[in-house]
Amino acid sequence: MHALIVDDSRAMRAILRRNVAALGYTTDEAGHGEEALAVLRSAEKPIDLMLVDWNMPVMDGLTLIREVRAQEEWRPITIMMVTTESELGQVVRALAAGANEYLMKPFTPEAFVEKLSILGMVPVEAAS
Amino acid sequence: MSISPADFQTVAALARRRAAIVLEPGKEYLVEARLTPLARELGLPDLAALVQQVRKETDRGRVSERVVDALTTNETSWFRDRHPFDALADRVVSDLVRSGRPDRTVRIWSAACSTGQEPYSILMSVNDRLAAHPGWRVDMLATDLSETALAQARAGTYRQLEMSRGLPAPMLVRHFERNGAGWQVRPELRQQVTFRSQNLIEPFPPMQPMDVVMLRNVLIYFDADTKRKILAAVRRVLRPGGLLFLGAAETTMNLDASYTREQIGAATAYRAPAASATLAS
Repeated sequence: MHALIVDDSRAMRAILRRNVAALGYTTDEAGHGEEALAVLRSAEKPIDLMLVDWNMPVMDGLTLIREVRAQEEWRPITIMMVTTESELGQVVRALAAGANEYLMKPFTPEAFVEKLSILGMVPVEAAS
Repeated sequence: MSISPADFQTVAALARRRAAIVLEPGKEYLVEARLTPLARELGLPDLAALVQQVRKETDRGRVSERVVDALTTNETSWFRDRHPFDALADRVVSDLVRSGRPDRTVRIWSAACSTGQEPYSILMSVNDRLAAHPGWRVDMLATDLSETALAQARAGTYRQLEMSRGLPAPMLVRHFERNGAGWQVRPELRQQVTFRSQNLIEPFPPMQPMDVVMLRNVLIYFDADTKRKILAAVRRVLRPGGLLFLGAAETTMNLDASYTREQIGAATAYRAPAASATLAS
């Protein structure tokens, strides 16, 4: 399984990398939406999961999710928004744009795994 | 700071008397982890001072109550272990609806509901299924030993970190509203649950026969004799053929032979005897 981590904070990308690596994922990273699109276009491995921050320079997470969902070939990608944005209306907008899940920062490793588990994105060998 | 053997014994004895919880030597870490924050909250210098207070009180004293609360309340998730909720929504409810029961009521008891995640998760799962069957409703009873946990369950208020534990985002959008820095279950869901204090080792008050009892991750705390007594008492409140759900690591095996183990989807349930034709599977 391969994940693309999109966050403008290097520290946050490292946290997310550790969390998905613990589940057996390999990762690519991007610092904003446009960089993420470039990674998607050129990725050697198909991307199964995207973890997307909301507020980023150049292209924000919400726009990125809309762009991804507009492409037929990227529809199967599971997207979880991971953000400090925590208003109900923002969750609604992220889901409407095409996010499958929404995790608010800060979060615990348990919460991270439980969210991916809802999406069926925890590999069986990691779950046991 | 570590607990002295004498203090551990005092706490273990209180837990046994009040909640039939078995705290054997080796569980000192658990007692320390649960009671150190409580000591701080109560303005006491350390764990030893907290236990000193307990010794001065009766078992129902203010500090003793809080100690029992802290030892019995667990951090919990929404849709914990998921499968029982799928089983309720996908199979159990539809079987009951098909039975054509005249009062059109599904009775569920969440018997160790802690801070309320379990009963609310059940309603979130089951209400949608029942919506397709006009006139049907869930009668949800939720009980716990801890008054502190019950107060939170009743209010339906949760901190951000509690919300992130296994609650799917679409459920958050539908069933919660913002409440300060946290969240609150919408009133229509809260009003569907009757919350009440119940110590599982004490007699149950009269109640309507239950279709489903959720008794998850609580038997693990008791010795075999207490487990047997609780399982027998639960059997008496289940309607014939009603279903008991236990925690993933729990079973009725070697404790109560009258239940029949049954696989419902990916969940394991225990069916009470004398299944009537109303819930044939």
